Order: sequence, then structure tokens, then C-alpha cells
Amino acid sequence: MNFSELFKQSNQLCKVSPDGKYLATCVQYRLVIRDVSTLQILQLYTCLDQITHMEWASDSLFILCAMYKRGLVQVWSLEQPDWHCKIDEGSIGLVSSRWSPDGRHILNTTEFHLRITVWSLCTKAVSYIKYPKACQKGTDFSRDGCYMALAERRDCKDYVSVFVCDDWHLLRHFETETQDLAGLEWSPNGCVLAVWDSCLEYKVLLYSLDGRLLSTYSAYEWSLGVKSVTWSPSSQFLAIGSYDEKVRILNHITWKKIAQFDHPATINNAKAVVYKEVERRTAVGSDDLSLHNITIGTTLFNTQSKYEICPLPVQIPVVKPDPDRANPKIGVSTLAFSSDSRYLATKNDNMASVVWIWDMQKMNLEAVLEQTSAVRCFQWDPRRPRLALCTANTKLYLWSPAGCVSVQVPTEGGFQVQSLSWHGSGDSLILLGKEQLCLCFMDTDQEDK
Amino acid sequence: MGEWWTAVPTETSMGSYEISSISHVTMSPSRQNNLMSMYSSAGLSKSSYSVISAFCTEDNIPQCISYISQELASLGLSSTCIKASSPGGAGLDTVPALNAMYELLQIHRRNMCTLEELEKEQLKKSNTLEQMQMSNSRLKDQLELSIREKSGLHETERQLHLKIKTLQSCLKTEKDEVQKLQSIIASRASQYSHDAKRKEREAAKLKERLSQLLVERRDKKLAIDVLNSLGRSDGKRSHWKTTKVTASHEDEMYKSLLSDYEERQRALMLENTELKKVLQQMKKEMIHILSPCQPSTRGATAEDSQADSDGEEKAGDSSREMLDQSCEHAREQLTNSIRQQWRKLRSHVEKLDNQASQVQNEMESNNEVIPKEIHEDEMEKMRCEVQQCKEFIHTQQLLLQQQLNTSFDDETAALLNDCYTLEEKERLKEEWKLFEEQKRNFERERKNFTEAAIRLGREKKAFEEDCASWLKNQFLNMTPFTDRRSCSSSDGQSALSIRSEPEMRMSSTKAQLAKSLTYATVSTPKPTQSASVPSTAELYRTLRLMPDSRYYLVT
Repeated sequence: MNFSELFKQSNQLCKVSPDGKYLATCVQYRLVIRDVSTLQILQLYTCLDQITHMEWASDSLFILCAMYKRGLVQVWSLEQPDWHCKIDEGSIGLVSSRWSPDGRHILNTTEFHLRITVWSLCTKAVSYIKYPKACQKGTDFSRDGCYMALAERRDCKDYVSVFVCDDWHLLRHFETETQDLAGLEWSPNGCVLAVWDSCLEYKVLLYSLDGRLLSTYSAYEWSLGVKSVTWSPSSQFLAIGSYDEKVRILNHITWKKIAQFDHPATINNAKAVVYKEVERRTAVGSDDLSLHNITIGTTLFNTQSKYEICPLPVQIPVVKPDPDRANPKIGVSTLAFSSDSRYLATKNDNMASVVWIWDMQKMNLEAVLEQTSAVRCFQWDPRRPRLALCTANTKLYLWSPAGCVSVQVPTEGGFQVQSLSWHGSGDSLILLGKEQLCLCFMDTDQEDK
Repeated sequence: MGEWWTAVPTETSMGSYEISSISHVTMSPSRQNNLMSMYSSAGLSKSSYSVISAFCTEDNIPQCISYISQELASLGLSSTCIKASSPGGAGLDTVPALNAMYELLQIHRRNMCTLEELEKEQLKKSNTLEQMQMSNSRLKDQLELSIREKSGLHETERQLHLKIKTLQSCLKTEKDEVQKLQSIIASRASQYSHDAKRKEREAAKLKERLSQLLVERRDKKLAIDVLNSLGRSDGKRSHWKTTKVTASHEDEMYKSLLSDYEERQRALMLENTELKKVLQQMKKEMIHILSPCQPSTRGATAEDSQADSDGEEKAGDSSREMLDQSCEHAREQLTNSIRQQWRKLRSHVEKLDNQASQVQNEMESNNEVIPKEIHEDEMEKMRCEVQQCKEFIHTQQLLLQQQLNTSFDDETAALLNDCYTLEEKERLKEEWKLFEEQKRNFERERKNFTEAAIRLGREKKAFEEDCASWLKNQFLNMTPFTDRRSCSSSDGQSALSIRSEPEMRMSSTKAQLAKSLTYATVSTPKPTQSASVPSTAELYRTLRLMPDSRYYLVT
């Protein structure tokens, strides 16, 4: 494993181009394009204000940089650095900006979610979409880029509009049976749209592409409901994480629950492997505490850690959330399927330092990773069943069915890994700290093993 | 009244049976009469008078008087003894008598009073007793009733306790549920309030913005500033929005949906066929397993075969149906037959399990059965033995074969044979020689014996002749003064004469024997042939003597 040096970044804006060749980072108001393999700066663009959002176009030729405070969007071209494009939303303000799947339209959501403006870079035409809903996930593009689903709210009722991304033609518009639609997501095959209600009501609705209601699923009433929803890459399963600390798996044929994964405080499942991160402080003698040693040897503060396999039963530390606060820190908030749909990684918010890995073939718990501090981010390798996670310390953790490893990021200055993302090929990881980023290149020999 | 008669003890000290009997007999009627006289101060009735007259007659007045005075004294009355007016007279002192009578009356009255009182008391007591008994029984009944009531109440109390417990548990669950609902309500309330606050904040911002916009003169228009328009990503020109386009969009959408469904259906079909195949295979295997193991259950095998034939039919059908994919009947048939087979298999396995456990139990309980290890040891030993025997047999066979299959020539074989026979012949010859020798020896000996026997015969004859001559001489030489000797000897002689023959014979034989002894060369003493010849021991004796005596005789 090779680690690159640290580079500056701001706002955690660092994205790899869809073709995997370039790495775009934002430093304040500058946009830096680097080559992924050499990390040499290829292009440098300057925006008018501090960039709050940055996104690659699907053809990897253009990048948009949005400055929400100014209500500006600037688009840059990689091929033609001279080319420029600036979209000014005016007084109406800007809350979010994104590319359309074809890479030629930009969708800007105005302040207060008054409308969505669709800017065409080909024709300079403008379209408006009224009454978009301000919710957790109000818009979603299908994976093939053909359709866009948009949640709308009109007269205290929720609607979903399906647009054809080609020409923004409204294909379908239907009302949903939700109280307060919280989010929607296309299945990877683009034929089913999952729509879920807010946490006050547990309800997941499944609509087919042509707007027919296929199925409704509700696990229970009254208690706080759905917290997170995700599709498996094969579109076979829909995983629903809820506030009752359980994940329910629906199957795509009958849309009925086929499995339920609990997150108990005591693990007794004999087939699961529990990895516990154990820290080893490097012993330092008092005579070594010279200034020289302290400045150079920041390893003094770096504690080595390794994973130990714990014998069952294992007690998991639980943090009880404040019952009076809204959106309590309890329940399954993060779900992620591995790329082959074999594994599902979950995180329960009141056991924030634990990641649970479930085997979807056997439908039971495969492994539990207990970290020393709260897990900030985890992501599956796009190519193989390998999970990378970070807990806002100087280490990078990797899990695969073969085992678990804790890697110290060899950087100076106390670089803490706040979030991470994989390169599309699965060969490298981008580790983002507060102000810096670091690239981790995986050893290809190891992967072959 | 007669019932409550309590017998007044009659302390008649008089032993006179008649009097006692009379008094006893007369008591009862007089008693009644006495009572009657108490109430009516009538004098003694005639019957009593007749009784009294029975006690005392004119003859026994003094005795009666003395008796009565005794009685009175014994009763403790004043000893104004009733005495006769004149001794031996038939009169009576009236005054003491009357006093005595009065006293007696008094006593009697008192007695009657006390008797009455006693009777009253007794009545009372019996009444109270009766009452007590009644009350006792009543109280017992009451007690029983109250005990039953108490048990009944206990029972109800227990049931009520149980009910209380269940109600308490229900209450607890209800409380828990209420608490849970309350917590849910609280969380929902907090969520609502949070959302409401958020919305309020947004509304406030909107209002502010609106007011700002209304105030602001300069309206920043939204605009896009592009250096040059970009081409479409797919390189095509954009189309006008027409109904055809919309229709094409719809078509596109439906096409994608349909393709997805078809894809899914294909996958499901594949899976279905796979599973059906697996089921068929399972069914076949199950039939196969079951059929040879159940020779007893003929019906079952018939069923199996039928099911099998059914299955085969259905296999043919199902292959067709797979194409149609619409016949549920075939599917049901398959699943039903699978279930049937599985049930049979399961029951069979259960039976086997039972048998195995039974055998296990039998083996454990049966002491005669040798334990496994010993059994195995013995088996090993037997195997070794068998092996050894086999080896032995094998070697034997080899040798035999070797022997039989000797690759010698005929000549050498004949020679060898001859050698063997030659050996035998020589051995035979030797034995014959020995035999001949022995035969010769025997012949020689026999000759000797015969010679000896002939000689012995001749010598015997000679000896007899000698004896006869000697005897003759003796007889002739004998003198008359040797009568005694001669008598005896005559007796002896007569005896001799009588006995002479045997003596002679005896002597002759002795002589013969002596001769034979002198002449005898044969060591073996032969027993004499004549029966009347004395034993050989005597002979020897005499023979030993005889030569001496003979010498004497001779000289």
C-alpha cells in the first residue's frame, strides 16, 4: 500500500472523474485538476467565490462549480481551458446544483425549493420545474441516465414526476400514498422506484417505471420509521434501515420481507467473527521526551492498533440517545451493499463505533468490526468485496472476507481521515481529512491473492 | 310411674327364702299401694293387710316381734324396742309400737319426698341432657356447615387471588404499553415540533426574502453566459417536441419495462426448471432408496412402482409442460409425489432408528453376548488361524504338486521304485531267515523232548520191573517173628497187597523217577502223566529220600 503526500482541499470537495483519469479538488476558490496516477496538476481554474459544490459531468469533459452564497454556477471544460460558462440564478438564490446524466444540462434548485431551473448548455434554454419537494432525497436519476424522478408537494399532497432526461418531457406524474415523502430512489435496473415516507410513519412504496404502485411495505406503526433505504446493485434486494435498530430486506419478486437483521447489544451468533480494534501505545521512556523527538517523532501520538478476534459473547457499547430531541441518534442510518451484492454493511447510530457486515447469501451476520471511536464513513470497493472505513483518526481500516487490517496513514501533522471514497477501478482510495487529502494506492499483487 | 321405679334395696338379713321371696314379690304391689297411701291418707288396703297377715301369724308373734325389733335397731330407730307386753305373750306394747310405726311412717314419708325430688331432678336432668344432645347435634351441623362455608370461601379467596395476579400482570403489561406509547408520542411530538420549527424558520426566511425583494429595486435577472454552445453529448441534433416524440418516449419506457420483465421471467424460468430437475432427481433417488429396503411392504413397493410410473409419466408431461408453463396440475402432482416419497423415507429412517436403538438396548441388556472387543479379538485370532491353515494347506499342496509333478524320467522312476522294493525284499529275506532258524530250533527241541519221553518210558518200565522183583524178594525173605511187623506189614502187606499195586506203582514210579532223575538231562521238570501219581513236591521229597533209602534197601 502506497500513500501519497498530502494535498490541500476545502469543503471535502474532491472527486475522481467518471473515467477515472483525473482528480478534481477544490481549494477555496480554485479548482485543481490532477492526474490520478501521477498526481500532477494538469489544470487550474479560478472561480468567483469559494466553491461550495463541485461535480464532474458524466463524459468527464466538464466540471461545474457552484457557489451557493453568490447564486453562481461556473462550468469548466477540460479539453478547452478557455471555454467558460457562468450561470447566475439572480435574486432567487441557489440551494443545490447538479448535472443531468447527459452532461449537457444543469439543474439548479432555488432557495426555498421554489423551483428547479434546468439550464441547457446546448441551447441555452431554460426550463422550470415547479413545486419540488425539499426532503432528504427529492430527485434521483436512473442509472442509465434516461429518467429522472422528482418528488413534488402540492396542496399538502406528495407527487412523483418522472421525466425523460433526453428532452425533459414529463413522462408520468402520480400521487404517492405517503404522508410526507422523505426520499426516492431508482433501482439499479431502472424499472422500479422506491419511495419512502418520513420517519413519523414507516412506509415504503414501490412504483414501477410507468407509475403503477407495485407494493407497499410497512413493518410497524407509530414508532419512528424508516431511516435509510438502499438497493442492492443487482436490484434483487431493497434494504430498509429503521429507527428500531433493524434492517429489513425485501425481495424484488414478491416485495415481501425475506430477512430481518437485528443489531443487539450482545452478540451471540456463533458464525460471526467479531473484530475488535485494540490500541497499543508505543512505550516511550522519559528520557526520550526531548523536543527533537517530539517534533520529529509524531509517532509518539500515533498509537498502533490492530484487530483482535473476540470470543463470543461480545458486549457492544451502546450510547442511549436523548429521548427529547428530534431525529435521535438511534437506528440504522447507513447501509451499503458490496458491488457483487454479496455483503451488506450497516451502522447503527447508537452503536456508532461498530460496523456490522451481513452475508446476503446466508442471510446472517458475517462479521462485526468494533472500533475505538465512532465510525465516520465506510465504502465498498467497486470491484471486489472489500470495505474501507475510517473513524476520524490517522488510520485506515480495511475488511475483506479473508480478514481485517488496520493501516496507519504515514503522514505528518496529524492527518485525520474524516471520509473516504474509492476510485472506480478499486485500485486506490481517496482519504479526506479536514483540510487535506491523501491518496492511498492499493497493492495490486495483494489483490490478486 | 312404674317405669321410674328404682328398686329399694331389700336388706333382708333373714335368710328365710320364703320371707324374702314374699317380701320381694310383695314389694311391687305394696309400693304402688304405698304411694297411693301417701296421697290419700288411707290406711293399709286389704291387700297389704293380707300381706302383713302373711308375715306374722298367731304362732310366730314373739319371733316377729324380735325380728321387727332387730330390724328397727338396725335401721337406727330409737330403741324403744317393741317388746311383747308379756314375755312370750301374743300382745305388743302399743306405745313403742305406735312410736315405731310413726317413726317408720316419717321415714317413709321422707323417703318418698326425697324420691320424688330425685325423680324430679332426674327428669330435669334428662330433659337438659336431651336438650344438650339436641343442641350438640345442632351445633355439630352448624359447625360442619360453617367449615364447608369456610372452605368454599377459601376457594373463592384463592381464585380471587389468582384473578388479582392475572389482573396485576395485565395491568403491568398495559402500563408498559402505555409507557411505550407515551414514549412514541413524545418522540413524535418532538419530531413534529422540530419540523414545525424548521418550517417556521423557513417561512420566516421567505418572508424576509420577500420583503427584501419588494424593497430592492434592482432585480438581478437570472442569466447564463456561455462562451459558445456545446454540442449534444451524443452528437445528434435535438428534436422538436411533437406527439410522435412523446409517443416514442412512452414506447421507450414500455420497452425497457418489458425487457426487464422478460429478463426476470427468463431467470425465474431457469430457476424453476433447475428446481424441478432437482426435485425429480430427489424423487427418483428416494424411490430407489426405499424400494430395495422394503421387501415386506409389498403394498408400498407397488405404490412406489406406481408412483414411479406416475413420475415417469409426469416427467414426460412436465417436460412438455415446461414449455407451456401453465399447468399447475403437473406441478402439484410433482410436489405431492415428492412429499409422499419424503414421508415414506422419513418413516423408514425412523423405523431404522428404532430398530437400531432396540438392538442397542438388547445388546446392553444381554449379558451373554460378548463385548465387542473380545469378539473382535477372537475374530482376529480366527482369521490368523485361518490364514495359517491356508498357508499350511498351500504348502502341502505345493509339496504334493511337487511330488506328483516330478519331472523324472521313466527309467529313474523305475529305478527308484526298484530300489524301494529291493530294500523291502531284503528285509523280507532276513526275516525269513530268522523264521527258519527258529523253526529249526523248535524242531530240535521237539526231537529231544520226544527222545527224552521215549527214554523215560523205557526207564519207567525197567524200574517197574525192578520194583516188582524187589518186592517179590522181600516177601519171600520175610520171617514169621516179624509178624507184628509183618502184621502191620501184613496189614501193610495186605494193605501192601492192596496197596501194593499203588505202592508198587508208587515205588515203581519213584524208581522210575529216580532213574529218570539220574538220567534226566532235561532241566525242565515234567509233570507225570498218570493222574494218581502224587504231586511233584512229594515226589522230589521221596526221590531225595529214595536214593538214600534205596541205598539202604539195597544194602
